[in-house]
Amino acid sequence: MITVEGLTKRYANHVAVDNISFSVERGQIVGFLGPNGAGKTTTMRVLTCFLPPTSGTARVAEFDVLEQPMEVKKRIGYLPESPPLYPEMEVVEYLEYVGRLKGVPKESLARRVDEAAEKCSVGDVKSKLISKLSKGYRQRVGLAQAIIHNPDVLILDEPTSGLDPQQIIETRDLIKGLAGDHTIILSTHILPEVEQLCERVIIIAKGKLVATDTVQNLTSRLRGAETVAIEITGRNGAGLSTPDVLERLERVAGVSRVLERDSRDGGLTLMVESEQGQHIRPELARAVVEAGWNLNELHAVGLSLEEIFLELTGAPKADVAAPHATTVGGFAGGNQ
Amino acid sequence: MNTLTILRKELNSYFRSPIAYGVMFFFAVIAGYFFYVYTVSFVQYSIQSSMTGQSAPMSVNDQMIRPLLSNLAVIGLFFIPIITMRLFAEEKRSGTFELLATSPVRDMEIILGKWLAAVVLYAAMLGISFVSMATLFAYGKPDWRPLLVGYLGLLLQGGCLLAIGTYISSCTRNQIVAAVGTFSVLLMLWVIDWVGSFQDTPLAKATAYLSVTQHFDSFSKGVLDAKDVLYYASMIFIGLFLTARSLESLRWRA
Repeated sequence: MITVEGLTKRYANHVAVDNISFSVERGQIVGFLGPNGAGKTTTMRVLTCFLPPTSGTARVAEFDVLEQPMEVKKRIGYLPESPPLYPEMEVVEYLEYVGRLKGVPKESLARRVDEAAEKCSVGDVKSKLISKLSKGYRQRVGLAQAIIHNPDVLILDEPTSGLDPQQIIETRDLIKGLAGDHTIILSTHILPEVEQLCERVIIIAKGKLVATDTVQNLTSRLRGAETVAIEITGRNGAGLSTPDVLERLERVAGVSRVLERDSRDGGLTLMVESEQGQHIRPELARAVVEAGWNLNELHAVGLSLEEIFLELTGAPKADVAAPHATTVGGFAGGNQ
Repeated sequence: MNTLTILRKELNSYFRSPIAYGVMFFFAVIAGYFFYVYTVSFVQYSIQSSMTGQSAPMSVNDQMIRPLLSNLAVIGLFFIPIITMRLFAEEKRSGTFELLATSPVRDMEIILGKWLAAVVLYAAMLGISFVSMATLFAYGKPDWRPLLVGYLGLLLQGGCLLAIGTYISSCTRNQIVAAVGTFSVLLMLWVIDWVGSFQDTPLAKATAYLSVTQHFDSFSKGVLDAKDVLYYASMIFIGLFLTARSLESLRWRA
């Protein structure tokens, strides 16, 4: 549905998008993940024919954005970061206007407006002025605007930014509901959002493609299995038999693998990997003590989402204040 | 089709905001004042001439309609920046321009729709002054043809200045900058022939040709001159063409 090859967008003094290639298949929801200024919006603007690429190609439904922009525009619904609303218009009027602009035929205009309004649950504010709507409603009117002509492709630029938690949940549900009918690309800098909504993730940073993978692969890589580092020594300076230790620890519930890392001065450092979603640290500690060994150290080395993200995107780790403390709002230091 | 959609939306926006009413109200007040002044002086002049017995030739067309039309042309100059300032600047500031630019609509359709909306509002504004002109027909028998030609001239001049205003509005995201810029350019186009008004040099001729008010003279006399129509038509074309360039450059730079 969408094919991007070697896309580069250069502004006067910097490169916003640097040689990015990816493709999106029909019906997929793809998350565009990256810190602010990574080039997400620029890429989306190229796809929507708002900006021409400096080099490389972008095709939507087999139409090139430079050669056949009209065909591309007909097939794309676009919600920019701030919804493009006219405050002096009523919701219905606005949706009708956008519908006409997008080429919805006259006969089906009223029906399309109703459908879009219903899907985005703005039916109850239809005859209100947009200037009187709350931020959450405005966002939904923006979404309704994007789907008014039933486009093949939906491009949503940070659809949940600036909303309160309740509105974020509503908007996410809404996007999920739209998934079946449209191919969706949405950008965000909030990791959990991608996990909840998307099948595939494209991570970009500083204009470069960092990773593209399915959400399952990425999340298991990111957070699924816990890895625990432990260091044990034999009691009273007694030696340890490595096979014994390995065998004992592998029996602990939830452990999938035990690897030897280092052994010296009678001490043994091991990496213990858990199975998906298991918390093995308490059991591990008990097992070591019950076996009569000294537990010198035990800590989780499984990276938090934020750490992995920062690792992938190449930001210095020191910027992250508390690696494990963030889940809801996004990662530390990431907001505008 | 798309042009019509945009024209309708723009007119709607004008009449939802105080702009349309403000422009029409103040134009009506000022145009009405001028009409009153000319009527009074015309009446006094006719009384004087009848008292002294010297029957100087009196003509409503020459002594009222013609100067009034010239005045309206100048008053229009002050209102046009207000009409055009928001056309593109507002869309660029609020981000709705992104909606227009990503819709399957040609740039020229957007530009024509917006410019035509401005022309319609300007015409509605002129229409108010037409009411006072019409009262002349109730009390006298002026020739209506020069009046019609005069209004056509006003409309053409307005269209040309509105096209310039549309262009300037597309260059900025600030409405005030657009208004001030447009006003300065229009003022310049009005007075540009003054520099050579007492000379007969090529420069004087060139500046006289550029001046928008010079070309209105023949219209106010009731003369429909192809040369002047061509001037206004080409100015409209240039203004709208520059707007198209400006929108395009916006994409390459943005």
